[in-house]
Amino acid sequence: MSIVPEFIVRFYHKTASPPYFYSLSNKLLPWLTAIFLILLGYGLYGGLYLAPTDYQQGDSYRIIYVHVPAAWMSLFIYVVMAIAGGISLIWRMKIADVVLISSAPIGASFTFIALVTGSFWGKPMWGTWWVWDARLTSELILLFLYLGVISLYGAIEDKRTASKAVAILALVGVVNIPIIHYSVQWWNTLHQGPTVTKMDKPSIHLDMLIPLLVMATAFKFYYAIAMLQVAKVEILMREQNTQWVKKLLEDK
Amino acid sequence: MNSFAEFLAMGGYGFYVWMSYGISTVVLLLNVVIPIIQKKQFLRELALKQKRAK
Repeated sequence: MSIVPEFIVRFYHKTASPPYFYSLSNKLLPWLTAIFLILLGYGLYGGLYLAPTDYQQGDSYRIIYVHVPAAWMSLFIYVVMAIAGGISLIWRMKIADVVLISSAPIGASFTFIALVTGSFWGKPMWGTWWVWDARLTSELILLFLYLGVISLYGAIEDKRTASKAVAILALVGVVNIPIIHYSVQWWNTLHQGPTVTKMDKPSIHLDMLIPLLVMATAFKFYYAIAMLQVAKVEILMREQNTQWVKKLLEDK
Repeated sequence: MNSFAEFLAMGGYGFYVWMSYGISTVVLLLNVVIPIIQKKQFLRELALKQKRAK
């Protein structure tokens, strides 16, 4: 008898099988897309229209509704990749490799968005597009980590070796995550301190906070959608010589 | 906010706000559109290969 309940083991093996993961993705995608669009619509309406103008920053602060959720996603996706990397190294689960490598371009995109929108916010507020302060620099390193994962995977011919290398890189790079998060507290930065994730009470008005949280949730759904789309291609390429892919082609 | 023009102006920060939203939209759209195109292309190539093998 194993200590893990039977149904969890069964679920694990089922999801771990590429054809099941592929068809599950197809079933989930329309729902994820619908929920994403509803959340996005409300988040944008709330953030760009309903939320009041900031008394210090005017309407420039509305960049927050893409900047902060994108920055959160850039950290979140990296942690997902590191966990997937760990699972892949310990249990050699194929789908974990697929999730890891399919997440990389989306994580890189969110990091890029966080940096660019930060720049467009910094210019009118700080008077500069870029400063080499701890928050900005560690986020830039995160972008290089994502790009490193993508190019390392592309550079190694054998996909099993490539997956292993990328899993190790993802795990090693995870030390950068707490550095980014705490950078505004550890160092004296131009970037403002936390307003939402403060332990006591967020120092942001509720009408401003709600759209921010809605946008953050919308971005989570977006990540699931984009990751599954990339994962489907990755699975098809890896499994192109198998019976189920041949059958998929015949059924088309 | 009274008019649409005022909304677009964003209190004088329109350029910065809309550039941020515009670039983000383009990047996020590409992330979904590219794999969908890749998948179609790959399946088409695979189907051709199979036909030739038969």
